[in-house]
Amino acid sequence: MSHSLRAATFVADADRTTWHDETLWFVRQKRDKAVYAVPEFQELRELASQIKEHTLGRLDEYLKQFEAEARRNGVHVHWAADAAEHNDIILDIIRRHNDTRVVKSKSMLTEECHLNPHLLGHGIEVIDTDLGERIIQLREEAPSHLVLPAIHLKKEDVGATFHQHLGTEKGNHDPQQLTEAARQHLRAKFLAAEVAISGVNFAVAETGGVVICTNEGNADLGVNLARVHIASMGIEKLIPRLSDLGVFTRLLARSATGQPVTTYTSHYTKPADGRELHVVIVDNGRTQQLGRPDFRASLKCIRCGACMNTCPVYRRSGGHSYDFTVPGPIGAILSPNIDLKKHSSLPFASTLCGSCTDVCPVKIDIHTQLYKWRQVLAEAGEIPIAKKWSLRFMGRFLASPKAFGLGGKLARTGLRLLPHQLTHAQALNPWAVARELPEPPKQSFREWYARAVKQ
Amino acid sequence: MRVALFIPCYVDQFYPQVGIASLQLLQKLGVRAHFPAQQTCCGQPLANSGCERDALPIYRHFVDTFQGYDYVVAPSGSCVYHVRKHFDKLEQTAEVQHVRAATYDLIDFITQILGVTELPGRFPHKVGLHLSCHGQRGLHQANESELTPVRDGQLRRLLASLEGIELTELDRNDECCGFGGTFCVSEEAISARMGQDRVQDHLRNGTTILTGGDMSCLMHLQGIVRRRQLPMQVLHAVEILNGEVVT
Ligand code: SF4
Repeated sequence: MSHSLRAATFVADADRTTWHDETLWFVRQKRDKAVYAVPEFQELRELASQIKEHTLGRLDEYLKQFEAEARRNGVHVHWAADAAEHNDIILDIIRRHNDTRVVKSKSMLTEECHLNPHLLGHGIEVIDTDLGERIIQLREEAPSHLVLPAIHLKKEDVGATFHQHLGTEKGNHDPQQLTEAARQHLRAKFLAAEVAISGVNFAVAETGGVVICTNEGNADLGVNLARVHIASMGIEKLIPRLSDLGVFTRLLARSATGQPVTTYTSHYTKPADGRELHVVIVDNGRTQQLGRPDFRASLKCIRCGACMNTCPVYRRSGGHSYDFTVPGPIGAILSPNIDLKKHSSLPFASTLCGSCTDVCPVKIDIHTQLYKWRQVLAEAGEIPIAKKWSLRFMGRFLASPKAFGLGGKLARTGLRLLPHQLTHAQALNPWAVARELPEPPKQSFREWYARAVKQ
Repeated sequence: MRVALFIPCYVDQFYPQVGIASLQLLQKLGVRAHFPAQQTCCGQPLANSGCERDALPIYRHFVDTFQGYDYVVAPSGSCVYHVRKHFDKLEQTAEVQHVRAATYDLIDFITQILGVTELPGRFPHKVGLHLSCHGQRGLHQANESELTPVRDGQLRRLLASLEGIELTELDRNDECCGFGGTFCVSEEAISARMGQDRVQDHLRNGTTILTGGDMSCLMHLQGIVRRRQLPMQVLHAVEILNGEVVT
């Protein structure tokens, strides 16, 4: 199914669309305020972009350095070429500890690798501990946003979900009471877990440590209570030095939610006595993207979600319309790399307005890459045949002045003479579902000009 | 100074008055612009749909048509942006480079090349300015809200110089209208909703005349205004600047 079909379903609920749009716009405005307050914000963006550029250019060296430092600190380092390997490695670690109850803090990478169903299939209970993640986990849905995974749901939806799964009172959708119910429910899970899985926001090559940013502190609670901490990271999470980190933490929270910094920015460098720290380093298509010069910059992404909050299409179509782990503008660049056919409509789910590019804290040229994916998709025959041929015809037509003048006149005359019902038939003309066509004037500009200049 | 007027295909066919106003305004400012009759299109609709290769003959025709002029001026930021940015696919001969550099949006041409910062005239209306994304973020005609809170830009200043005009303060200054070329058809539902939201912002804040520098966005917004029979008139900015009298 294409993005436009899924989007049309979402937007058909006009009130929910309004609410979704306004909620995310509110976050965008918070982001603006926080950004305007930092005079050097644009310099910071440039710096961050350059640091990432540099790192991506020598990723192999920095990965080796990271691995060596991490091992020196007593960290177990694992390498996974793809999702299956990632899941097997994690399952293996859990099994070695005879654990069946695992807590996890929000990690888009484990989501990307479909870790949860894999573990569940092997008899392991895995509980997402981020509030939003837990809500959608109970509903068996995918996250619809990088930072706000349950943003497509209203408090009434959450109330109904908790009533069904956590036994809260029917019809209760008071956010505070629901949060309290989740807190009690999660507390028991935290205490029972031997193994905790987390994502990684930044990995520092120089120290071999990983950095995790959360607002709820759930990652810290999970990994500090458990005896075994497994951190799952994509190869692109690396930064060279500890001193680079400040650049990114200043950008991340401001861009994501408009906060100066996230509530918890925690460094994990070595395991505590008697405990284990594992880092799983995952490729899963990233080196392939690294090898595509036009799209390589997409690996700079720090997953702040700002491009989603600003995207006028995302705000109205919802994250699920993208049908990919990372939705929104950046998801539309990352997804064709994984499966060109399946995600072929995503690079077209944009007006190329460029707001994503302007908002991106690491200056990824998102809308330019969307434009480039369109060319790749058309060359690969992944756009609808009818569209392709009509465009090819249009190309010939538009290159010929004679055909052009005549065709325009025919279209205009047709529009004037044919009945409104026909020219605005919704089945034939998608434009006319919500819009009137322009009123055709008696003469075109070129006709007017030909006469005016003669006189 | 040899100046050519490039009138995008849909403006030629559906909004001849915008072409006429462009020509007349330039004339008032002392520029005699020519309209080369063999012109067609800049190729943007094809390229944005992924068929850049099929658009190459159109690009070549564009360059052939306009290479003999010092400036090519068009009342549409998105076409200009396309010529400047995406004609990189052609072999960069001297002609191609010249045409890319010499193609200007009409408002930019008036303000940057002619150095005009004010225009005489009276326009006592509440005017809402729709900033087109390609003009604003592509050609840097106005500040982007992502970067700075200051609302400014050449078109805003030119309009503000008219006597009696009042510019609408919008809730979302520079959000996209949802036109997006073929996007308006392939993603009809989202496109329409974006346009409706855009128009609502203007309506809520008192716009009676909706204007902008790019007729494609305005065509889409006008389509919504007319379908919903809203009390709002849509005019290209060059019509206002040329002294269009509104009744
Ligand atoms: S592409 Fe940029 S704006 Fe979007 S999530 Fe990544 S870092 Fe944030």
